[in-house]
Amino acid sequence: FHTLFVLQVENVKLLDRYTNKKAANGTLYLTATHLIYVEASAEARKETWILHHHIATVEKLPLATAGYPLLIHCKNFHVAHFVIGQERDCHEVYTCLLKLSQPVKPEELYAFSYNPKMSKENREIGWKLIDLKVDYQRMGIPNDYWEITDVNKDYEVCNTYPPEIVVPRAANKAVVIGSSRFRSRGRIPVLSYLYKENNAAICRCSQPLAGFSARCLEDEQMLQAIREANPGSPFMYVVDTRPKLNAMANRAAGKGYENEDNYDNIRFKFIGIENIHVMRSSLQKLLEVCEMKSPSMSDFLTGLENSGWLRHIKAVMDAGVFLAKAVKDEKASVLVHCSDGWDRTAQVCSLASLLLDPFYRTFKGFMVLIEKEWIAMGHKFSHRCGHLCGDPKEVSPVFTQFVDCVWQLMQQFPCTFEFNERFLLEIHDHVYSCQFGNFLGTCHKEREDLKIFEKTHSLWPFLLQKKQELRNPLYRGFTAYKELQPNTLPFSFQFWCGMYNRFDKGMHPKQCVLDHLLSCVSQKVKLEDSASELENKLPFLDGPLPSDACPLPKVGPAASKTPMLNTPQGYEGDPPPALSNGAAGGDGDVLSDVDQRNKENLSPPQDLHGDTIEVLDSEAKEGKPRHH
Amino acid sequence: MEFAELIKTPRADNVALHRPFYPAVEGTLCLTGHHLIFSSRRQDNAEELWLLHSNIDSIEKRFVGSLGTIIIKCKDLRIIQLDIPGMEECLNIASSIEALSTLDSVTLMYPFFYRPMFEIVEDGWRSFLPDQEFELLSSATDEWRLSCINKEFSVCPSYPPVVIVPKSIDDEALRKVAMFRHGSRFPVLSYYHKKNGMVMMRSSQPLTGTNGRRCKEDEKLVNATLRPGKRGYIIDTRSLNVAQQARAKGGGFEQEAHYPQWRRIHKCIERFNILQESLIKLVEACNDQSHNMDRWLSKLEASNWLTHIKEILTAACLAAQCIDREGASVLVHGTEGTDSTLQVTSLAQIILDPRCRTIRGFESLVVREWLQAGHPFQQRCAQSAYSNSKQKWEAPVFLLFLDCVWQILRQFPCSFEFNEQFLIMLFEHAYASQFGTFLGNNESERSKLKLPQKTMSLWSWVNRSEELCKFQNPLFEANSLVIWPSVAPQSLQLWEGIFLRWNRPSKFLDEAQEEMISIIKYNKELQAKVNALRRQLAEMETDDRMQENL
Repeated sequence: FHTLFVLQVENVKLLDRYTNKKAANGTLYLTATHLIYVEASAEARKETWILHHHIATVEKLPLATAGYPLLIHCKNFHVAHFVIGQERDCHEVYTCLLKLSQPVKPEELYAFSYNPKMSKENREIGWKLIDLKVDYQRMGIPNDYWEITDVNKDYEVCNTYPPEIVVPRAANKAVVIGSSRFRSRGRIPVLSYLYKENNAAICRCSQPLAGFSARCLEDEQMLQAIREANPGSPFMYVVDTRPKLNAMANRAAGKGYENEDNYDNIRFKFIGIENIHVMRSSLQKLLEVCEMKSPSMSDFLTGLENSGWLRHIKAVMDAGVFLAKAVKDEKASVLVHCSDGWDRTAQVCSLASLLLDPFYRTFKGFMVLIEKEWIAMGHKFSHRCGHLCGDPKEVSPVFTQFVDCVWQLMQQFPCTFEFNERFLLEIHDHVYSCQFGNFLGTCHKEREDLKIFEKTHSLWPFLLQKKQELRNPLYRGFTAYKELQPNTLPFSFQFWCGMYNRFDKGMHPKQCVLDHLLSCVSQKVKLEDSASELENKLPFLDGPLPSDACPLPKVGPAASKTPMLNTPQGYEGDPPPALSNGAAGGDGDVLSDVDQRNKENLSPPQDLHGDTIEVLDSEAKEGKPRHH
Repeated sequence: MEFAELIKTPRADNVALHRPFYPAVEGTLCLTGHHLIFSSRRQDNAEELWLLHSNIDSIEKRFVGSLGTIIIKCKDLRIIQLDIPGMEECLNIASSIEALSTLDSVTLMYPFFYRPMFEIVEDGWRSFLPDQEFELLSSATDEWRLSCINKEFSVCPSYPPVVIVPKSIDDEALRKVAMFRHGSRFPVLSYYHKKNGMVMMRSSQPLTGTNGRRCKEDEKLVNATLRPGKRGYIIDTRSLNVAQQARAKGGGFEQEAHYPQWRRIHKCIERFNILQESLIKLVEACNDQSHNMDRWLSKLEASNWLTHIKEILTAACLAAQCIDREGASVLVHGTEGTDSTLQVTSLAQIILDPRCRTIRGFESLVVREWLQAGHPFQQRCAQSAYSNSKQKWEAPVFLLFLDCVWQILRQFPCSFEFNEQFLIMLFEHAYASQFGTFLGNNESERSKLKLPQKTMSLWSWVNRSEELCKFQNPLFEANSLVIWPSVAPQSLQLWEGIFLRWNRPSKFLDEAQEEMISIIKYNKELQAKVNALRRQLAEMETDDRMQENL
């Protein structure tokens, strides 16, 4: 077993930012795929696992009293602060991690070595779980206006699009090819979503190579064909999701946006979502705020505002809402693009689909949505997530923002999603983990070249196995809600503590409503089974049940069974001016006293344990007679 | 005075009512002595709105031609608009509302006229008596006694007639201590922690003045609560600076030379107009319809509301920590001991004492630590976020307390017997109510107003099963542990149930609540059914066996 370790270092501490906990000693192991830290002292063996692919940065900090600190920031917002006894060890861990966390060749990615002991057959079935053709069929495609074409089968039209794309029937091959020459990277307008009720469509593409005056007849015909595929509306929207200034600057480079005079009956509109660089720095600022040590409320809110993060989330949401309204209320088709049409366009199109169609709010539907609008349409996961050692300026939290928007919708519409917050977090984790093939590479062609369908596993069957814990117990079913119209006033957007401070458990509610309800749901099945089993044993049962005679029993909830990890945190404040002892001196004494106190408060006192155990015992006693 | 004199136009037809998220409705507006009543004329969907005049915080009027518009802003933060045809009618109605919503005599308030339409099962005025509280205490310790020293409110006008004090301190000593404390609010027992016998006391500031006056009896009283060789903590809810400045006005704080066994900790909690302005700014921010995110966040920050929440919770946690973790007794006071002091002592009890997290226990806490302890509700809750009066004594002290409770409830959703609605209900009734509970500023005033004889208690109404069921938390599981909330900014949130209540539709959140209740209810019924079936089966089996034996 031990030979699997690349490195093993003793005498390592893992600091906890919030509980003022005195760190215990432990051992740090590096395997080919994970960093594993095992706390030595704990009665229960406490382990912390960090996937190398999740590591964003490793920093050596200046020498501290306890040893040599190593600060690790992860892409899933885990921050681990280790202190290593020996400098030599610290440096060795540091260099090892740098190498392990930044693979150079795609073959080094975890997905190519991950082996869940699944048969070849099952692995292949796993990849077939999501079939985009079925989703187009669901929308009624092919139909009189739209067709699925294999014009891109050899990636001749566009090498970042999938082989099969949906275009208007009226757009023949010449129009498609002609239009592709007029669109950045050949990313022609294709169908993203068709709203069956009124034939209005959401289409997506990249910016036109319009410069200051260029035009292209085929591109104009392409847009006309899209507009005419929705006979109910005399016009269509063309939405450029960039700020107007950015789009205008692109004109100088021979790119730009559609001139309303050149296209018949289009309504052109800018929606100012900022570019990947602005988003990257916004997240950076947000994370700095999340990591502040005992910030005041003002520090936090000011930092949140200055990061601009919620402003960007709102911009993406506003754009999604605009699309959904155009389609549903104005019955107009919409063509969306940004620059290349693989970042902002993916965010906005997928969000609009989610608002319009309850199918995408189910497990399966959400998987389809991600496969369709993100993976198939060439969102460059590999670059945006920094899977391989590469240009750091290509990294940007575009997908994270989409997931954040979905979470915001869950807050406003708690009964409309089949899945819960943890499903989003799981997906977000695996976008970075490279454990499954889905998010490797930048586009379909690259994934084919990497042979991911032959060599790796798909994430989706793996997530479906965990459906029970990822489901939303409040979900009211597929037909309960149709289109969603979220409130987009600023107060409707919240900071997502469960994402950006996800590993700071001390900040989260100490009792989890979701766990409680999930245990109710699983218990319900068991109770229903035993009720019907008992009823079968009682053949002569009739009349009302003597339910008044029996007191309401406790429904054993997960919440009370999970011992509540709850200790006071530094309420004295930091810095602690509050503890000054008045006009007279002798403050030092008070302060050291308080420090002492903090340390003592770490471990829950014995009686606390006693209480917990008592609760469990009494429940067990209560439970016993029932099983006889 | 007859209310009729104030109502020149008692009724207006063709009035349009505008509310957020509802289409405008046309109907008839009626004014009575205590209510503004609007009823729509539509036969299919008759709708009535009853608004207590005392709930009205401010009104504005506007005219376009002869169509007048009155905008009514309520203390519960709701805003409604009435379009009234006819300039004279509109002016009359506006001036009536203005007069009726600002009556200065308490005895003209609605509680004195309200006749309950429900059967009174339990008189709320007698639900929470100090004797019962003392009886509970006596079962755990005999170191305390009930003193009737304040029987006629003669020693301390803002204390109840009976208080709990250390047994070793006689009434004569108490009288001397009262002279040494601001407003005569001598240290009394607030909470006894059964787990370790530590106590929390509250008082007002000592009157040390600039020349460091001392009072032996005061020292003896607070020391009487200490175990031999043990130290106690004094939590002063003012900054050190403010406490020092108070000496110039005859106030002050406990000098360590005179209280050597006590550690003093200053935790600054704001009071008075700073809080009122904070509320006004917060509500203004919440009502802003601008789509600018930066503006919203900067207004939220500038209101400082959440800063106050964090400060109050931190001080309460500290008090609780001293008692539970340090095994030390605590004395809490600020200046008068009627505002920030009560926030701290009541929240610390919610953290420490599972009883305070039940409905009955929370009601008892509000009675003990707010009403009987002399929080001046009438002054503090005279106006809310829309007032322009800027009176120093108006402050949302109680609302901040409720907000803090909500924050703890959010972090421990299974540990409270009551739900958010219960807290919202208390907020509403503290500001405007048909019940007499929150009238007056202290027990002395309530007794002079003869509130128990002349008005109905809020508790008489709430504690009936028809009402209680609305306030029960389906997730509740008695939790005997101390609950330590997080005070990190990421853990504290804007209380949407109060501040965004009228600014966004609640349909989807209400449905989630219903769904949750039905899931839990169904499981409980199922469990009951299974239990009943098991019992039946067991009975049948024993019957069978007896048959066999025969």
